[in-house]
Amino acid sequence: MTRIGIVAELGSETRVAATPVTVKQLLELGYEVVVEKGAGESASFRDDAYAGAGAVIVGADEAWGSEVVLRINPPTEEEIGRLAEGATLIGMLAPGLRPELVEALAARPITALALDAVPRISRAQSMDVLSSMANIAGYRAVIEAAHEFGRFFTGQVTAAGKVPPAKVLVAGAGVAGLAAIGAASSLGAIVRATDPRPEVADQVKSIGGTYLKVEVEEEMKSTDGYAKATSEAYNARAAEIYTEQARDVDIIITTALIPGRPAPKLLTAEDVAGMKPGSVIVDMAAGQGGNVEGSVAGERVITDNGVVILGYTDLPARLPAQASQLYGTNMLNLLKLLTKDKDGHLRIDFDDIVQRSVTVVRNGEKTWPPPPVQVSAAPAVKAELTGAGDSAAGMAGKKTGLSPTGKAGLIVAGIGVLFGINTVAPAPLPQHFTVLMLSVVVGFYVIGKVHHALHTPLMSVTNAISGIIVVGALLQVTSGNPIMQIIAAVAVLLASINIFGGFALTRRMLAMFSRGDRARG
Amino acid sequence: MSDTVAGPLAAESIAGAAYIVAALLFILSLAGLSKHEKARAGVIYGIAGMMIALAATVWLTLQGAWGTDHGLTGLTLLVAAVLVGGAIGLWRARVVEMTGMPELIALLHSFVGLAAVLVGWNGHLESPKLSADLMAVHHAEVFIGVFIGAVTFSGSIVAFLKLSARMKSSPLMLPGKNAINLGALATFIALTVWYVNDSQFWLLVVVTLLALGLGWHLVASIGGGDMPVVVSMLNSYSGWAAAAAGFLLNNDLLIITGALVGSSGAYLSYIMCKAMNRSFISVIAGGFGIPALNKADADDGEHREITAQETAEMLTNASSVVITPGYGMAVAQAQYPVAELAHQLRERGVDVKFGIHPVAGRLPGHMNVLLAEAKVPYDIVLEMDEINDDLDGTSVVLVIGANDTVNPAAAEDPSSPIAGMPVLRVWEADNVVVFKRSMAAGYAGVQNPLFYRDNSQMLFGDAKQRVEDILRAF
Repeated sequence: MTRIGIVAELGSETRVAATPVTVKQLLELGYEVVVEKGAGESASFRDDAYAGAGAVIVGADEAWGSEVVLRINPPTEEEIGRLAEGATLIGMLAPGLRPELVEALAARPITALALDAVPRISRAQSMDVLSSMANIAGYRAVIEAAHEFGRFFTGQVTAAGKVPPAKVLVAGAGVAGLAAIGAASSLGAIVRATDPRPEVADQVKSIGGTYLKVEVEEEMKSTDGYAKATSEAYNARAAEIYTEQARDVDIIITTALIPGRPAPKLLTAEDVAGMKPGSVIVDMAAGQGGNVEGSVAGERVITDNGVVILGYTDLPARLPAQASQLYGTNMLNLLKLLTKDKDGHLRIDFDDIVQRSVTVVRNGEKTWPPPPVQVSAAPAVKAELTGAGDSAAGMAGKKTGLSPTGKAGLIVAGIGVLFGINTVAPAPLPQHFTVLMLSVVVGFYVIGKVHHALHTPLMSVTNAISGIIVVGALLQVTSGNPIMQIIAAVAVLLASINIFGGFALTRRMLAMFSRGDRARG
Repeated sequence: MSDTVAGPLAAESIAGAAYIVAALLFILSLAGLSKHEKARAGVIYGIAGMMIALAATVWLTLQGAWGTDHGLTGLTLLVAAVLVGGAIGLWRARVVEMTGMPELIALLHSFVGLAAVLVGWNGHLESPKLSADLMAVHHAEVFIGVFIGAVTFSGSIVAFLKLSARMKSSPLMLPGKNAINLGALATFIALTVWYVNDSQFWLLVVVTLLALGLGWHLVASIGGGDMPVVVSMLNSYSGWAAAAAGFLLNNDLLIITGALVGSSGAYLSYIMCKAMNRSFISVIAGGFGIPALNKADADDGEHREITAQETAEMLTNASSVVITPGYGMAVAQAQYPVAELAHQLRERGVDVKFGIHPVAGRLPGHMNVLLAEAKVPYDIVLEMDEINDDLDGTSVVLVIGANDTVNPAAAEDPSSPIAGMPVLRVWEADNVVVFKRSMAAGYAGVQNPLFYRDNSQMLFGDAKQRVEDILRAF
């Protein structure tokens, strides 16, 4: 049975990679779990709670000697040395930002999985630790700002006078930004948000913020789920918006990050200087260079005009119990994926895009960077309809369709045939064709915008109308030939069923459709 | 409208004028049916058009044959036929269960097909005096009309049998089916040429049988899950059959109406096909049913069960609920309890919406009709594109008797047979409760990974009973 070791974090880190709740579930996957003494202390998870969940409390060396080691922060050189041969280390390794760490890990005969390298596809959302931590950070950023801010967030009218609501600007509506918007608006503040991706406007609105659109002739198409760098014109206009907003709002929370690059500068020193005294800025990107001029990573800075700039980089760790729980669940979900048979054996399947992406080092061999994953939903998935070859699929397989030239060719050919027929056809035919063509076109256009819910009534009414064949039978019913009369009468009978049945059915169906206000009146 | 014009203001010119009015009314009728607000007016237009057309035709016929013996017989037959046919039609339309609607519509299509065949045969029996050129055209028209009519007839009968479960709904897989279809077409063309040169009645019988066989084969090759497209396609065929009869009888009204129905039906099928990411051509050609196949079900994982009691609790605590019904709801006749559930939740302040996949059920818009029958207000019944983006963030999604239309494999697994088919992304919701009889695969025969997601739970049993259990638990 494989043993999982939960090791303590270093320094000021308050979180822990597994909680008693997730430990229990790890045991259910068939693993044996050991926890380093005091590992969860700072997140309020006591050793006896872990023991109660079924883990064994051990010393640091024994925990590091496990076959699988769970961690939050990247290990130091010394810690890498403590890993057993063939061991697997899982944690937030930031492989893109720290190539030297990847090299150091690859120097040992171990396997290293970076939980923060999970691709952004729906299937992997349950393991997306960046999102779960960003969510916490966004919330905490608002709490930190509220703590520094000398006023209410919500507006009130009291006996002692009117209190205006605080105005909050959130730059970047990613996970962290959205969490911040939600937290600030539920505290009662007026919240505005900016983001280069216009499609987030609805998300911003849905949690109570107002989206400030940067009006430039350009659109960001995100193909990998992350924001990208922006163009000159866009930046110029965005800068104006920030300057305007800085003068107006009380609190600014910036969350703009671009993977693998320094954070973009959104607020200049002048913008900050333009803010009201007592205003608060939380620069959540301070660790990556900062979105705000003058912010210092990990520090609280007060500017000359009395604006507080918070550059805390440990926001998730300031909610250690919650952060550990979410991190632990992300970790658990990854382990579930790696332990298909729930037999306590960890297997990495490189055919699976998620498992391939997180693997930084496999058995001492560097496997970073992984092949790129495209997650923007639409066309890539389309592919061919089915690989299930046989004659049926043969027909279906053609679904990739004709090329534009092919289509044009077909249209020209069709028109040509029609032309040919009409030049040689005797008298009444060309008129008939004219009528036919026009009716076909009218039919297409008339149906074009039909409401989906009305498909069945529409079909039923066209069915009734196609009973018009009765006209043909009627014309024949008075023929001198008795056989023809009988045949025609049968046709009239059939068509009548259609006409009366079709219209009655349609009316019955339409009578049932009702709008809410009348529905149960 | 025929070539033997009688006088200046003869019956025929009046009838011709009436036909144009009728045709216009039919166009207005179809146009009206595209919006809820105008739908009822649309039906009135249709009925008015039909009445005008019938009255004009009856008058025209009588005008020519008044006083003669066969005219009187004809009139008697006509009145009797219309009365009997009308009575049957009204009776069926009144008593049919809304869940049995698809079968009835398929059956009605078959009547149009059969009527077209009969009109075609009569066209053979009546031998108008025409020039040689026109005679050839006349023969070709008879032949083509009979062919389209017979294909519509047998195709609709097969669709009816499949929909009413009197016939196995799985696709028929004859070896070389495309060759059979193309062969039948080629034979038809050869026979047409033969008939034009030598119009023997037995040739007409042969082509009728050939077309019946072709229609049967086309629809039999299509799986039950694709029936919405098939029904709509047969609707289109029945229109073309009427148009062909119009050519035969030199009647513009038939051509206009037939072409309207034909092209609108074809366009509707095209919309359906797009919704399922299928090729339109292969539908018209028949036999595009997905073979139920492979999927060794290797790594499905485990599903979790939930009780009606727990579901009720989950729903009471939810802020938003989306219900995605499928054919299973129709089978279980669960639309009434489902509507009641939605009503009760709305009274408790829960935001309830319905998400309808374009091909849910066995008829385009089938679910909408069922929900409307149960008095669910149509403004909370949204279609897939309207609701898909809201599913992320919905507290609970109830999947009632739907399977393939909510299958994440379509979006995520490029090797899946249904890859690329747009589906309701229910798995993005916080919780998903799937009402299902058992763990069996859906119509497409594809396993559904949704059932094994961490956020989905299964509520086994008859959908109607389970929903009623939930209502009791409230």
